[in-house]
Amino acid sequence: MLVAKAKQTLVAVLGGAMSMHAATVSAEYGLNLPRGVTPISRDAYDMHMLVFWVCVAIAVVVFGAMFISIVRHRKSKGVKPAQFHESTAVEIVWTIVPFLILVGMAIPATKALVAMEDTSNSDLSIKVTGYQWKWGYDYIDDGISFVSSLSTPKEQIYDQQSKGENYLLEVDNPLVVPVNKKVRLLVTANDVIHSWWVPELGMKKDAIPGFINEMWIKVEEEGTYRGQCAELCGKDHGFMPIVVVAKNDEDYGKWLMAQKTASDAEAAAAERDWSMQELMERGEKTYTTYCAACHQGNGEGVPGAFPALKGGKITTGPSSEHLNLVINGKAGTAMAAFGGQLSDVDLAAVVTYERNAWGNNTGDMVQPSEVKAAR
Amino acid sequence: MSEAHGGYYVPHGTTWPIVGSIGLTTLVVGFANYLNGSSSGMPVMAVGLGIVLLMMFGWFGVVIRESESGLYNDQVDKSFRWGMSWFIFSEVMFFAAFFGALYYARILSVPWLGGADVSTNEFLWNGWEAAWPTNGPGEIGGEFETMGAWGIPAINTLLLLSSGVTVTFAHWALKKGNRGPLVLWLLATVILGFTFLGLQMYEYGHAYHELNLTLGSGIYGSTFFMLTGFHGMHVTIGAIMLTIIMLRCIKGHFTADRHFAFEAVAWYWHFVDVVWLGLFIFVYML
Amino acid sequence: MSTATTHDAHHEEHPGGLLRWVFTTNHKDIGTLYLLFSLLMFMVGGAMAMIIRAELFQPGLQFVEPQFFNSMTTMHALIMIFGAVMPGFVGLANWLVPMMIGAPDMALPRMNNWSFWILPFAFAMLLSTLFMEGGAPASGWTMYPPLVLQTGDAFPFLIFSVHLMGISSIMGAINIVVTIVNMRAPGMNLMKMPLFVWTWLITAYLLIAVMPVLAGSVTMLLTDRFFETSFFNAAGGGDPVMFQHIFWFFGHPEVYIMILPAFGIVSQIIPTFARKPLFGYSSMVYATASIAFLSFIVWAHHMFTVGMPLTGELFFMYATMLIAVPTGVKVFNWVSTMWKGSMTFETPMLFAIGFVVLFTIGGFSGLMLAITPVDFQYHDTYFVVAHFHYVLVTGAVFSIMAAAYYWMPKWTGNMYDERLGKLHFWLSTIFVNVLFFPQHFLGLAGMPRRIPDYAVQFTEFNQISSIGGFAFGLTQLLFVYIVYKTIKGGEKATDQVWEGAHGLEWTLSSPPPYHSFTTAPEVK
Ligand code: HEA
Ligand code: HEA
Ligand code: HEC
Ligand code: CUA
Ligand SMILES: [Cu+2]
Repeated sequence: MLVAKAKQTLVAVLGGAMSMHAATVSAEYGLNLPRGVTPISRDAYDMHMLVFWVCVAIAVVVFGAMFISIVRHRKSKGVKPAQFHESTAVEIVWTIVPFLILVGMAIPATKALVAMEDTSNSDLSIKVTGYQWKWGYDYIDDGISFVSSLSTPKEQIYDQQSKGENYLLEVDNPLVVPVNKKVRLLVTANDVIHSWWVPELGMKKDAIPGFINEMWIKVEEEGTYRGQCAELCGKDHGFMPIVVVAKNDEDYGKWLMAQKTASDAEAAAAERDWSMQELMERGEKTYTTYCAACHQGNGEGVPGAFPALKGGKITTGPSSEHLNLVINGKAGTAMAAFGGQLSDVDLAAVVTYERNAWGNNTGDMVQPSEVKAAR
Repeated sequence: MSEAHGGYYVPHGTTWPIVGSIGLTTLVVGFANYLNGSSSGMPVMAVGLGIVLLMMFGWFGVVIRESESGLYNDQVDKSFRWGMSWFIFSEVMFFAAFFGALYYARILSVPWLGGADVSTNEFLWNGWEAAWPTNGPGEIGGEFETMGAWGIPAINTLLLLSSGVTVTFAHWALKKGNRGPLVLWLLATVILGFTFLGLQMYEYGHAYHELNLTLGSGIYGSTFFMLTGFHGMHVTIGAIMLTIIMLRCIKGHFTADRHFAFEAVAWYWHFVDVVWLGLFIFVYML
Repeated sequence: MSTATTHDAHHEEHPGGLLRWVFTTNHKDIGTLYLLFSLLMFMVGGAMAMIIRAELFQPGLQFVEPQFFNSMTTMHALIMIFGAVMPGFVGLANWLVPMMIGAPDMALPRMNNWSFWILPFAFAMLLSTLFMEGGAPASGWTMYPPLVLQTGDAFPFLIFSVHLMGISSIMGAINIVVTIVNMRAPGMNLMKMPLFVWTWLITAYLLIAVMPVLAGSVTMLLTDRFFETSFFNAAGGGDPVMFQHIFWFFGHPEVYIMILPAFGIVSQIIPTFARKPLFGYSSMVYATASIAFLSFIVWAHHMFTVGMPLTGELFFMYATMLIAVPTGVKVFNWVSTMWKGSMTFETPMLFAIGFVVLFTIGGFSGLMLAITPVDFQYHDTYFVVAHFHYVLVTGAVFSIMAAAYYWMPKWTGNMYDERLGKLHFWLSTIFVNVLFFPQHFLGLAGMPRRIPDYAVQFTEFNQISSIGGFAFGLTQLLFVYIVYKTIKGGEKATDQVWEGAHGLEWTLSSPPPYHSFTTAPEVK
């Protein structure tokens, strides 16, 4: 096909010359929209190709006429200019013909759009919540929920380590869906607007705080599909990928069971008292995943944007206030309410950690039961 | 026609615009610093405001002198008229943004939050029902009461409507060359305008202290105060301009067929009037 | 009977020194100020684009931190739009409208001075945010809440600089409307006006209608942040998406504000070098008016993914597609004007032809974006970035360059260096395509916009794009040199300058007298 050929040539000519750096990484560049693995993505792809070719055809006609004129109608060839400058007939023709072409495109586009927006009769609903800068998934019918954030190490981002194959497109906990089921996604956000997008699933929906947008996907092939947040959401907007794993019914069932077991264990863990060491270990992990993006790993924050927690007034003040702030966040700032995102254990651990790390040696411990009471 | 062209007054050199720019910039830089919590904000703002006022006095002064000394021919007069009309149109569009916000909230966002959008309501604001007036599902600012339409707002409507009539009477008087009634009708207009403002201030006090209706009262408070507030600001400007026109009339400015400034202010006043009618209907009544 | 007023009598004595530029009320002086300011801002905005392209040259973070990258994107766009393109067009209007309609000056000369002299202050304020705590605004030029509300100390400065730019634009636009409706020479009826004047008349209406709406929307941001209002807060009954509606009600007409004067320029240049009258003058006027009208009812095509009701999406898709019709009429008329002409290809004509081809490509990608079901895929990717740079850089900016080459001999009295001009054109055209064409592929392949770092499969095209970007940027230094050289001297230009040029501005001397037409010319 033409596109494929153009791709080869382009890459040979341009890419070859300047791939001195890129040669180290496996690069599978796309030139066109992926056709994708859902009915929606295929509709989008077909519409895309239709409109593309219509535009190419019109371009050939318009630029062709212009090119002929440029070649032939030159002063240097001794052409005397014609003096015509008006024709109502042609003006009408070139108003009506493009209009009809547009109608021809609008009809299939309308059909595709109506299908895309129809979220009824779904088999499964998952709530998707955007946070600065990670995604939360709640399986509404199965009662499991988890948070999914970037797993590419910082060293790769800062060029201290060579980049992996799925650089920036890998997460700790992917969204898992069953194949061939109509999955309804309820998209919302907790802080600022994000947008959930996986190209091969064919749909993008903005996650608006305070509102829920619906979309549906029906993945027809098992596999792993990668996408990214598509609405500017602050400093780490480029670092909140989405990974969807589509599993067959059996594997999906197994995965679901494992998740349920894990969440039961977590619930049980919230009931007991934790030791300082346990809390600190758990807290460090939680801190790195959730808080370090802003307050930095060393707790020193970013002056002017994110306050230092090392020696901070709150982190070394009364622990109840500290806990409160982390649970409820601070309205109107980037400091989100983590009460909704983190479990009692995580909250207890992270607060304990912040109160004792980086020389904040307050010696305070916060237990999951205190978090429960404080909520 | 060519006569008029040859005589089109083109001033040479002007100092006031740059003064205006410096003043405006000082004003907003001060305000921004104030908002950022700097104590230098307010004084800087005051200086900026002073410069802007100085610029206005200076600039208008020059224009008035030129006008009175007959430098402006009919074509210049027409330029001013067109200019003023399109300025007022731009003001209409400014208010349109806020009316747009009001309609959007009433017709779309509040109903969506309150159940028209099923999942939004079910998963995020369960149990909350759409209503108007409202401070939203988060009940921002706490419970509040609204201002009844038929108290002060209705009186204010009457005041502004009659001021529209009195300013028209003043215009007629000017066109007939009756200077006495001209000043009296203008005085009446000014008094009506300032009375409106007084009542509006009272109303705001009442809202803040007794009804707990504030800027912070969710979307209702936001649209209510921003719309009426910007309107009030425009009434203030209009009333000050009317006062100046009145003083100029007392000094003997304007003739029966040459009084652009008078008309410009009258148009402005009518515009303020019409905006109020919109407010009365869409903010207070419906 | 040259002048009847006392002031004009001593118009020979030009105020001298630098202060002349601060106090001037002359449309040519102010036009020059606008144009130079625009060039300066193009350099500043371009330098920021170079930072963007440098960071995107390869995956990983090399030069700047993500937050600063976002600031660069935001400032680049604000400066290019409000500082480079819009003042560029206003500068052209200042220079040309009075000369084209046979007027002595702009209708409101003092206000004209103020319109310009707000801008340096507004941009100084905007640029000063780079040094503030929390950094410059980093929420994109679209300033969507709630993200923009997280801006640091820069926040109120951002809002107020937008207010100031708005005041400047509104005053400038009012001045242009009034000049056009009230200052035309006898016989210059509306349907005889040059198309540049027509397109600016319509543009000015757009400006007056939408700049106040922008002012309103950012005012709401300000009160949401500082005065407890809840316009964009769902908990208070508002909606973050409401901002987007209000913003794009301004924003979409805004993009036509940046292209209609370009249409006017090209409609002046092509007939001159085709030595043939513009084809379909009246349909050009109607098409411009239709585009302007339609531009008010398509805004939500920027928001197809926000979750609008289906009927809304359909309406905005259909309305947006319709714009292709009047725009097509324009393109067809330009081609017909060239058809059977007697063409020569001096630099302005080259840029005009470059404009027609490349703008049309940008228009086509616009049409693709209008198809809602596929915009779900395109939205917020580099496909959109490619689209709008084709219409903005090879559209708006190319037209401003075409205009500069076309009228510079008139303004300065000197011919520019044709050889360098052509070189500038060819280098620009080649590199701008190397710069922006690969971005289509990036977008389709899934690269989101506004990211400082990207997955490895996007490396090649980003490198190509960056190299094109640096080369295009360097090429613009050539333009600066050409302008400088022309102002300094060169072959003297004749009054008509171009063999095929028609219109009142060519009847004046080159350079024209300080007051364009002190006696109104007769227009037949
Ligand atoms: C000068 C500026 C300019 C111009 C002229 C245009 C012109 C058009 N634009 Fe563009 N646009 C922008 C500047 C501009 N745009 C910017 C800055 C953005 C991004 C903003 C941001 O998010 O930051 C944007 C984004 C944007 C989007 C949103 C994309 C997204 O974010 O998802 C859409 C969607 O519909 C769109 C559509 C169009 C259309 C249909 C036109 C039409 O006017 C084009 C019409 C022209 C033609 C079609 C070509 C000529 C016609 C023919 C030869 C006739 C025959 C043709 C046919 C029948 C097909 N534009
Ligand atoms: C009229 C408007 C305009 C113009 C002229 C340009 C011109 C350019 N733009 Fe821009 N751009 C926008 C409007 C414009 N842009 C908008 C609205 C956005 C969206 C912002 C947002 O998402 O909020 C955007 C976003 C944008 C992005 C996406 C950023 C992102 O999503 O994070 C990129 C990336 O490549 C880019 C690149 C460029 C380049 C390389 C140029 C070049 O054409 C610039 C060339 C000019 C120069 C380079 C200056 C002259 C030369 C010098 C000063 C000498 C120094 C030169 C060197 C060192 C080589 N622009
Ligand atoms: C998106 C950025 C962001 C993330 C992620 C974040 N914070 Fe914050 N945090 C902030 C900001 C901004 C403030 C300052 C709020 C203010 O203006 O008072 C803050 C303030 C705080 C404070 C008060 C500091 C002081 O001395 O005032 C504590 C404690 C805190 N955060 C803890 C946490 C914890 C625990 C986490 C993770 C679970 C976390 N933060 C994640 C942005 C963030
Ligand atoms: Cu989340 Cu971008
Ligand atoms: Cu648009």
